[in-house]
Amino acid sequence: MNRLDQLFSQKNDHILNIYFTAGYPKLADTKEIILSLEKAGVDLIELGMPYSDPLADGPTIQESGQQALANGMTLPLLFDQIKEVRQETQIPLIMMGYFNQVMQFGIQAFIDKCVEVGIDGVILPDLPLYEYEQYYRDMFEQAGLHISFLITPQTSEERIRKVDELTKGFIYMVSNSSITGAKNTISDLQLSYFNRINALQLKNPRLIGFGISSHETFETACQYANGAIIGSAYIKMLAKAQDIEKDTKLFVQKIKGEIPTKLQYMV
Amino acid sequence: MIAINEKGYYGDFGGAYIPEMLHPNVEELRQHYVQIMQEDSFQKEFQQLLKDYVGRPSPLYLAKSLSEHYQTTIYLKREDLNHTGAHKINNTIGQILMAKRLGKTRIIAETGAGQHGVATATVCALMGIQCIVYMGAVDIERQAPNVSRMRMLGAEVRPAVSGSQTLKDATNEAIRDWINNPVDTHYIIGSVVGPHPYPDMVARFQSVISEEMKWQLEEHTGKANPDMIVACVGGGSNAAGAFYHYLNEKDVRLVAVEAAGLGINSGESAATSVLGTEGVIHGSRTLLMQTSDGQIVEPYSISAGLDYPGIGPLHAHLIKSGRAEAVSITDDDALEAAFFLSRKEGIIPALETAHAFSALDKISFQRDDVIVICLSGRGDKDLNTYIKHLDRFSGIGKIS
Repeated sequence: MNRLDQLFSQKNDHILNIYFTAGYPKLADTKEIILSLEKAGVDLIELGMPYSDPLADGPTIQESGQQALANGMTLPLLFDQIKEVRQETQIPLIMMGYFNQVMQFGIQAFIDKCVEVGIDGVILPDLPLYEYEQYYRDMFEQAGLHISFLITPQTSEERIRKVDELTKGFIYMVSNSSITGAKNTISDLQLSYFNRINALQLKNPRLIGFGISSHETFETACQYANGAIIGSAYIKMLAKAQDIEKDTKLFVQKIKGEIPTKLQYMV
Repeated sequence: MIAINEKGYYGDFGGAYIPEMLHPNVEELRQHYVQIMQEDSFQKEFQQLLKDYVGRPSPLYLAKSLSEHYQTTIYLKREDLNHTGAHKINNTIGQILMAKRLGKTRIIAETGAGQHGVATATVCALMGIQCIVYMGAVDIERQAPNVSRMRMLGAEVRPAVSGSQTLKDATNEAIRDWINNPVDTHYIIGSVVGPHPYPDMVARFQSVISEEMKWQLEEHTGKANPDMIVACVGGGSNAAGAFYHYLNEKDVRLVAVEAAGLGINSGESAATSVLGTEGVIHGSRTLLMQTSDGQIVEPYSISAGLDYPGIGPLHAHLIKSGRAEAVSITDDDALEAAFFLSRKEGIIPALETAHAFSALDKISFQRDDVIVICLSGRGDKDLNTYIKHLDRFSGIGKIS
């Protein structure tokens, strides 16, 4: 059984998905970061495949990707690292990157390799729904490799239905970036977006990403979806981390609200 | 038959590989662009501006000295005489009218050499619309006069500081801006690149070049078709415009001239058709320069308008299918051609355009051939570079 299906069959709220760029801060940090995130109580982990031209990412992820590439990260090396860490953990792992990377690796070869090393799903934000459905859907579904598609506040209902049909695992719900920093407040527009999606009764679970960076924003997201995805905030933390395991634990505790606010300032 | 299909493909190349955040913008454009372009009121305004503001039709000039030197007949399509000094304004006039009809109130653009940025800033000033131009920090340095022109025209020039800090990174930044401003903003892409419908829309706006060539050649020679059309290709918009009405005229040879930089195998090149492989860049499936791991390679050319790691999907298709020939020209050869043209014809070409002229030394033709070279831009913006090399080329084409 795909580990994502397993996760969602056991848990349907407050799912915490943390993204990090593979090969950052150091080339060989992948294993320690994955094991630290698991130990800290994260539900699933998204490994970013560093890319030279990451159109859908902000500056924090782009800079970490440039550093990872400068460190020597490649897709074959990343697969080797995942294969090794897979011996020690059963946490769901997904890979996020850009279609060109997969195309150059070879699409069937990429799918086969993901299955071989124990990857459960992928996110390729620039792979069009149409292309996926026409050419690649059967390849993914036969291999049992899941794929998440994105929806935004501007995505039409017809298209959301198509996303729900093609997605396996979870739908990546792009919030509006204004969720960041706006403590405990969400705009009417976002509220109506979240409520609109809820009312659609989609078959897939939904995780909200973009702009989730604190306990407050995590809780807000969890009120309207099955959980949330945190990327940039974790990478910023990693940039300063002295001890990946200890600092990751603190970071996750803060997000989950497991340590009182006043203690957070001492970290 | 060479044509784009409804999914935006020329053969295997094209499409719209974009993140969902861009989908509403691109889809809105895709649904409306053909219909808007065909409206009478649009055509009337577009043609009027091309005539009175841009100065079209641009002359088709019989270059006698050049023809004599090469022992053939060479015409120059004088896009350098357009307002703002290059073909770029044909497209920006079209797109600003498109943006207005789509109700957009804010314009963004990317620019390499600065010609497209200037052409965009110009039409924004003309229409009174806010304009933000993304430009690689390195290009801002080497194209200072165009940066000043954009600012004088009221545009904000934002440096792209990521990656190689050139055209590809400026394009990334512009796309990110569009993701963050999905409702009020139109992105004026400057070449036949990007997700569908951009390659087709820009080619249609630039197609005025070959539309005029047809009747001008008829007037000059009695025949609407030349034997060969030569144009430089970075993304490929002037070439797309010059080839457009001849794409299905099989007796017309199409020559696309790329920048070889310091040489094709030097590691410092932008010859995409030779060094590139199939992949996805800026939303389009095409030929691009990349590593085996799919990382996009930073290209190099002395010309800021040609150092793009991709090529428009139309050109990828034309070259792969054998409809067009690709020629690569080094920095030095382009410089030499620029000095030669200046002294033979009294025309200082843009560095990009100089590559097309140098191709005359690389391709075969007959004495009774009629060749049209698309003189895509003038060289004012490149004077600093030319002056640096003045001594080296002092003997070229001198009157003895």
